[in-house]
Amino acid sequence: MSLLGFCQWLGSTEGSIALHESIWAYPIIESLHVLTLCVFLGLTVMLDLRLLGVTMVRTPASEVAGRLLPWTIAGFAVMVTTGALLFYAIPVKTYLNIFFRIKVALLVLAGVNAAVFQLTIWRSMDQWDVDPVPPLRARLAAGVSLVLWAGIVVAGRMIAYNWFDKSS
Amino acid sequence: MSVLSFFTWCEYTPLGEAIRDSRWLFPAIESIHLLGLAVIGGAVLVVNLRVLGLGIERQPAAQLWRDIRPWLMGSLTAMLISGVLLFTSEATKLYYHEAFWVKMISLLLATLFTFTVLRRVALADPGRVRPVWGRAAAVTSILLWSTVGVCGRWIGFS
Repeated sequence: MSLLGFCQWLGSTEGSIALHESIWAYPIIESLHVLTLCVFLGLTVMLDLRLLGVTMVRTPASEVAGRLLPWTIAGFAVMVTTGALLFYAIPVKTYLNIFFRIKVALLVLAGVNAAVFQLTIWRSMDQWDVDPVPPLRARLAAGVSLVLWAGIVVAGRMIAYNWFDKSS
Repeated sequence: MSVLSFFTWCEYTPLGEAIRDSRWLFPAIESIHLLGLAVIGGAVLVVNLRVLGLGIERQPAAQLWRDIRPWLMGSLTAMLISGVLLFTSEATKLYYHEAFWVKMISLLLATLFTFTVLRRVALADPGRVRPVWGRAAAVTSILLWSTVGVCGRWIGFS
């Protein structure tokens, strides 16, 4: 089954149609998705800014990362769940939307960036944990993260527009 | 001049018309508004979680407040500028939208509360503020800012 075929099947399921046609559920899920931005992305931005050495420079990087992590993870879980539900409600149109595809690509890149950071420079964190300005590679990872997430937010917002949609 | 006629005037300024006539200006400004939301949300949460004892511990709330303040002010400024631009493009519609008025009132309250009560709680010497009052201030701040956010989203559903 092709991806498009899968999306067509998904869109024909009862739950998808119910969500799509719902008066309250869809806007509430969408609001949750947008507002969790404050929790998940807000705290991610704060950590990135710390790694760039431009805020909370007297607080160890590991303290910022560690103490905010449970909230970031909780925010991420809500983000992914609500995001999946939004896709589930309108699968075919979303799949064909160029901005959605850009968003998914950027999300993958953000994940790769975070994984690389975790597996490389973060391992030597105890050497620069209390430095006001972390080493270049940490700052680079933080900068890349900020740029990617900004792109993800913009692309996400633009999914509402079908300027460049392929016809299904 | 009534409030409504002022709003209508805003909508027909060259600025309001330019944003309304453009295909991409509104979503572009709205994207900036959303990015500001992330920063403001993160800044508010870092301070409030500290006051609640649920976030960063190895740094006094007063220091965190000072660290976060420029980001809070910066994102709030970006939010206000992009918000005014969005407003001019559809001011008359907003006049009739309850969510807009609730948002403006809660924005005023949230800003005042953050820079008076929450600021004092954060800057107070540890032990000077009873923990229960600190927590109440943090919860109030989070609720006020959440109301601003929810109403902002609700403006889009018309």
